[in-house]
Amino acid sequence: MYVRALSVTDFRSYPAAVIELEPGVTALVGPNGQGKTNLVEAVGYLATLGSHRVALDAPLVRMGADRAVVRGKVVREDRETLIEVEITPGKANRARLNGSPVTRARDVLGTLRTVLFAPEDLAIVKGDPSQRREYLDELLVARSPRYAAVHSDYDRVLKQRNALLKTSGHARRTGSSLGTLDVWDAHLATAGAAVLAGRHELIDALRPLVDKAYAAVSRGGGPALLEYRTSLGEDVTETTDRELLEAALAAALAQARDKELERGITLVGPHRDDLVLSLGELPAKGYASHGESWSFALALRLAAYDLLRSDGGEPVLILDDVFAELDDTRRESLAELVAPAEQVLITAAVAGDVPAQLSGSRWDIAAGQVTRVR
Amino acid sequence: MYEGPVQDLIDELGRLPGVGPKGAQRIAFYLLAADPADVRRLVDALTEVKDKVKFCTICGNVSEAGQCRVCRDPRRDLAVICVVEEPKDVVAIERTREFRGRYHVLGGAISPIEGVGPDDLRIRELMTRLADGTVTELILATDPNLEGEATATYLARLVKPMDLKVTRLASGLPVGGDLEYADEVTLGRAFEGRRALEV
Repeated sequence: MYVRALSVTDFRSYPAAVIELEPGVTALVGPNGQGKTNLVEAVGYLATLGSHRVALDAPLVRMGADRAVVRGKVVREDRETLIEVEITPGKANRARLNGSPVTRARDVLGTLRTVLFAPEDLAIVKGDPSQRREYLDELLVARSPRYAAVHSDYDRVLKQRNALLKTSGHARRTGSSLGTLDVWDAHLATAGAAVLAGRHELIDALRPLVDKAYAAVSRGGGPALLEYRTSLGEDVTETTDRELLEAALAAALAQARDKELERGITLVGPHRDDLVLSLGELPAKGYASHGESWSFALALRLAAYDLLRSDGGEPVLILDDVFAELDDTRRESLAELVAPAEQVLITAAVAGDVPAQLSGSRWDIAAGQVTRVR
Repeated sequence: MYEGPVQDLIDELGRLPGVGPKGAQRIAFYLLAADPADVRRLVDALTEVKDKVKFCTICGNVSEAGQCRVCRDPRRDLAVICVVEEPKDVVAIERTREFRGRYHVLGGAISPIEGVGPDDLRIRELMTRLADGTVTELILATDPNLEGEATATYLARLVKPMDLKVTRLASGLPVGGDLEYADEVTLGRAFEGRRALEV
């Protein structure tokens, strides 16, 4: 699939901008702070209903405006779909597909699929476990949008259970019943098992792809390994059987209960898990060099791209300012790997940062003005 | 900000559920312009609801007398109790004319975030009603959301030692709807709860 046209109104720095795109490579070139990333961020928003840069929607709306509008024409197998999303901070987004409103904005998920590479990706390798969980969960939703609901169910049970644990320390001392905690345990186990099963299945599919991509980016390095580290204890193997996972999670909750009551917070469950990335014997975090960490981050994104492509519907690749971060070897490997993609959108501060293999159309961006150069 | 009584009225109206600041302002100015007799009727209705309406001593539903209309009705089946969260759920189920048993209104659902635990609901009263053995079936009709499900699970566990048939309302596709418009969760539930077609 590819994006044929993008238009934004009151989005970030743009009062209005329209840009026509083609399959193949498009480079958006301009000095920092001129609005290159804003445009690819808008494309990413149509695919995920979220920004890769901020968690809240407020910064996406141009200063002084009350709402932003992003429109994109997506072509998939010769059929064109128009996606329109209206972003109003503090309110639910409204969306339309081909001009007709959808009930909930999340119904547009899946129409456009993107894989976005950004300098922030380094945090997947070097940062907290939450960054790696987010990588997994985002990809899960991109593969099957129903996981958006699965995750929000889990978060809600978790909030209720934590609220109960906070007040239960007192209840335990006074000897009153903790009967409702059992109920929340059961619901947490059910919702958590759905999340875990999804993650395990995803990791199984990613493993060979990440290793292959790592070898390609680093020209023969590796092996790059993925291992899911669960808070359920050592004996829980990576199964996708929901009933087994539910039982394991329930057992782990029962075991952790005293500690949880003391701390007033849920200590086991998918929200405490980690995806351990390692190179051969050594974990990437803490041991890998800067360059190796970058290779791993790129490998994770490339694997996501391969996976989405094999599910059908080739995603649009977005490379936001990444070439400037890479050394020559990695830059060239990445360029070779992404060149055959149906559509690649690249942002770069100077034209020299875009590798020669990726010469396609080029737009210059200065002070919010977008002009086609080639 | 408006002066004195007008602002007081807007503030009071704004505390009602479903009424925002703009809506409160609109209602306040409507009342200001309305016929005094109309306003008097509204005031009377408000005072009456607080003075006269009581809660049924058996099921907890709103009632004018000590017992509500359903609990007073001798034709009702005493062997079945349908547990709901709010009095408005009783009205909804009564509209179906399908249910011939009696109700039990809990007054909410378990929600630790809002500080609502089992002791804040009319669960003890329910246990008292179940104690004498007249009731043989308990229908759990709490809302099909997380809090409602948790309340239903809690009750089911609580009454397990008693020899009772415990059922939960089915969730699934709306009647007369289109399959394509159902969301994934509803459709998933409908799949789980599918039944054999008798022909």
